[in-house]
Amino acid sequence: MTDSTGTLVRIGRITGIAVLVLAAMVALGPLLWTITTSLRTPAEAFSNPPQWIPLHPDFSNYSAVFDKIPIGRFFFNSVIVTGLIVIGQTITCTLSGYAFAMVSFPGRSLIFGIFLATMMVPLQTIIIPVFVIIRYLGLSDSPLSLVVSALGSAFGTFLMRQYFMQMPKELGEAARIDGAGHFQTFLLIYAKMAGPAIATLAILNFSGFWAEFYRPLIFLQTQDNFTLPLGLVGLQGNLGTGSISVVLAGVVLAILPSVVLFIFAQRYFIAGITAGASR
Amino acid sequence: MSAAAAEVPAAITRRRRHPSSHREAPFGFAMIGLSCLFVAIFTAIPIVASLGLSFFSWDVISSPQFVGVENYQRLFTDGPVLKSFGVTLGMALAIVVLQLTLGLALAVLVNQRKLVWIRTLFRTAFYLPLLASTAAVSIFMGYLFDYKFGVVNYYLGLLGIPNVPWLTSGFGAATTIVLIAVWQQVGFTFVLFVASLMSVPTDVLEAAQIDGAGPLRTLFRIKVPLISPTILFAAVVALINAMQLFDQPYIMTKGGPGSATTTVTISMYQKGFQNLQFGYGSAIAIVLLVAILIITGLQFLAARKLVFYQ
Repeated sequence: MTDSTGTLVRIGRITGIAVLVLAAMVALGPLLWTITTSLRTPAEAFSNPPQWIPLHPDFSNYSAVFDKIPIGRFFFNSVIVTGLIVIGQTITCTLSGYAFAMVSFPGRSLIFGIFLATMMVPLQTIIIPVFVIIRYLGLSDSPLSLVVSALGSAFGTFLMRQYFMQMPKELGEAARIDGAGHFQTFLLIYAKMAGPAIATLAILNFSGFWAEFYRPLIFLQTQDNFTLPLGLVGLQGNLGTGSISVVLAGVVLAILPSVVLFIFAQRYFIAGITAGASR
Repeated sequence: MSAAAAEVPAAITRRRRHPSSHREAPFGFAMIGLSCLFVAIFTAIPIVASLGLSFFSWDVISSPQFVGVENYQRLFTDGPVLKSFGVTLGMALAIVVLQLTLGLALAVLVNQRKLVWIRTLFRTAFYLPLLASTAAVSIFMGYLFDYKFGVVNYYLGLLGIPNVPWLTSGFGAATTIVLIAVWQQVGFTFVLFVASLMSVPTDVLEAAQIDGAGPLRTLFRIKVPLISPTILFAAVVALINAMQLFDQPYIMTKGGPGSATTTVTISMYQKGFQNLQFGYGSAIAIVLLVAILIITGLQFLAARKLVFYQ
């Protein structure tokens, strides 16, 4: 009896490890293939079997991608758009999150309720009116349209509010007795302690807006204004299958910033996912 | 709190609350000002505007014409658009079921590993696909699933399986897009479930072991019920996302072959932004919103019976 259960448990454990290793290979395989193929010459890029280890890495695709399309321009646009949204939302959401958590004013729960309700609405449902508003603001086909329409965030406000709610009110009261103003109390005491929440929000926004495809597709028409994901899809269409290693070099360059950030700030990425679950 | 507050006469609480809130009110309004402005202009007003526009016929150039419920009548007799709702629902359900089952299975297996660095290693592996944009993923997956030269068909060929028309047949394209979405998203549910499984108290698990419960029994009778609120959350989020599936089918198949992968968001994009039928596009968007609300509501109804709150 105990013998057979022992064997069963052992079989179970080995199967478990085998499944995990297999799943990791499936998760990483396509990414690895993308990297190694971007290092092959365009002529052999589509030849099978794939080369899993680049024995003779060829970096010419990485210079070719700069020659054939304005990828430097796409990169610049993406950096500006993503950077401004990250900075902008950090400011708007920290201010409003703090107010909803710590300041009492009439209509507070009603306004916060409206914020929460807008969180439920998918982007596609509001995209037509947003597009029309962008036109009225004279921002058609401008990368700034992506920034302006993303400066407020109900989710970001919610995230910051949750964090400020955990902070002791006594600190602020003590500072107020010492003569600090409302805004001073916020900036010098509470905002300073909100670092982890701000980092989580900034990283969620970076990875989300850096990868964004839908809004750029609808808002932007001129190639010079494209962000990276939109530009890459256009590149794929223009070059055809002849230069897939060049396209893949572009893909690797586009993913690289997120991977580098992930290496240094992994816990904030994880925090970003679990933060939503506490709703 | 509410019980204590009820004992205090209303007049006193009112007198106590008001002066302080009046003093802080200007500061509070100033602090929420920026957020309110942007959320109002780019989220709240557009929701109302979308609903309003759905009763108009508008091509952006000439002035809008009120048409009543005509757009909705048209929608419910528009075969291709109705089909896109069916396509979306089918693909979304497949994505959610696969994403949740795989995410849970992997989370349970990783959670059994005792060494922290091994857990981190697998977590990183399953998280990495999330770092790539859907556009990047659609591009390289398009090459991998290519009928003639793709790596997937190459390896299947080594196993003696003839080339599969992954992206060139209707069922194949829908299946491929589901698999790719799951491949990319599974890390999200995985991370949620790992965090949730960590919070299952060890004394409960030890008690189960002493009572002679095997690993499978422990999983389905103890772990799953204890993390069921997280499972509900993951299911709701995954389904809301999957109902908005756009990037992968738009980039990989343009909604085809035929209309096999034309999702609701693709038909909305075609009607609204390619044919400039802003009113009709808005009607499709509103019906999508209602569909998402109904499905989310059903999930919460089902959860009443299935989810275990401590």
